[in-house]
Amino acid sequence: MPPTAPPLGPEVLALDCAAETARIAEFIVATLRRFSKRGVVLGLSGGVDSSVCAALAVQALGAKRVFGLLMPERDSSHASRSLGAQVAQQLGIEYAVEDLAPALEAIGCYRWRDDAVRALLPDYTPEWKIKLAISGGLQGGINHFQLVAQSPDGALHQARLPLREYLQIVAATNHKQRLRKTLEYFHADRLNYAVIGTPNRLEYDQGFFVKNGDGSADLKPIAHLYKTQVYALARHLGLPEAVCTAVPTTDTYSLPQGQDEFYFALPWQQTDLALWAKNHGRSAAELAAALNISEQQAEAVLADIDAKRRTARYLHARPVLVEPIDNDTLEEPTR
Amino acid sequence: MSDIRQTIRQYIDDNFLLGARDTAYADTDSLLDLHILDSTGVLELILFLEETWGVKVEDAEMVPENLDSVAAIADFVQRKQATAAA
Repeated sequence: MPPTAPPLGPEVLALDCAAETARIAEFIVATLRRFSKRGVVLGLSGGVDSSVCAALAVQALGAKRVFGLLMPERDSSHASRSLGAQVAQQLGIEYAVEDLAPALEAIGCYRWRDDAVRALLPDYTPEWKIKLAISGGLQGGINHFQLVAQSPDGALHQARLPLREYLQIVAATNHKQRLRKTLEYFHADRLNYAVIGTPNRLEYDQGFFVKNGDGSADLKPIAHLYKTQVYALARHLGLPEAVCTAVPTTDTYSLPQGQDEFYFALPWQQTDLALWAKNHGRSAAELAAALNISEQQAEAVLADIDAKRRTARYLHARPVLVEPIDNDTLEEPTR
Repeated sequence: MSDIRQTIRQYIDDNFLLGARDTAYADTDSLLDLHILDSTGVLELILFLEETWGVKVEDAEMVPENLDSVAAIADFVQRKQATAAA
């Protein structure tokens, strides 16, 4: 490490927002020309990632070439829907609202999920609110999920998720992300547009997405940016205050669930810094000091990043072939 | 004890390695480090321990010291059986 390396702290994530906006705008235009598409479609959740992506697309292409999709379902928050609409209106883009609940119901999403929950909490009814919380890894144990549920009387119930119920709940809720992506590609095909994926660097790197769900896209304009930097762009692009200050949620479960609870087990600002530290070869000792945690915990955090990268490989993987099919024009080199 | 280890080994070979004989691992090797087990695999292992020996794994017991090698798992099963019998 060179003697002039900056100390590990929030400053390392500082971003030249004007330059980055210009760079991403150029990237969007170049990608569309490469794929011969006329505009972009993206899902709008009201969250900072999709809002920033929409604003960047408008910078690059103008509002007329950006189409937004609000896709609420039974468990998404009302706030997300109204904030998504507010962003679309502020940006002046055309958008549609598609209620996914009937389709998700028909495909069995809620029924499969509810069956698994009821296997652990026999009194559970769909009026209850539920979420999943990760635990174990940060304490040096093995990562696993707990089911957290709130009955209508307000009481909280918790149970560790055994294999069958864990897989079944995740599989059932994955329908949501996949169905959203199905609608995005429908409109993209209809308009001859490309589909934008909105993961930030943390999500992309750590596999926090559904394969062929929100992991699917033609271009991902903020996948290289840390969450902190996405928030900085949100301010720079003049997005609504509520978007700039929102806490990252999964908006997948009926009990409000922070992304840190579900996946990262650390507040997002700290995960950002940990990932940056990992990418720049900083030591566990330095990370511990920066995050005000023990060195042992910092080592666990850094090891956890590797473990999640390993799982993410499957999520990122293209279909595997028995032998390479050699044809220069068949596949685009991936960036 | 070696019966328990052998049963565990057979399960790992059948369920995680899908019968392939290309991965050698010692009884004390870390299954997580060798990527034979991941966190979902641990849940499968826990189900196997429950079904085979009636062992119930508590949240606090889900640590590498109990589950991360053939030897550790076998020791853990023996301790749980001894407590249950007591």
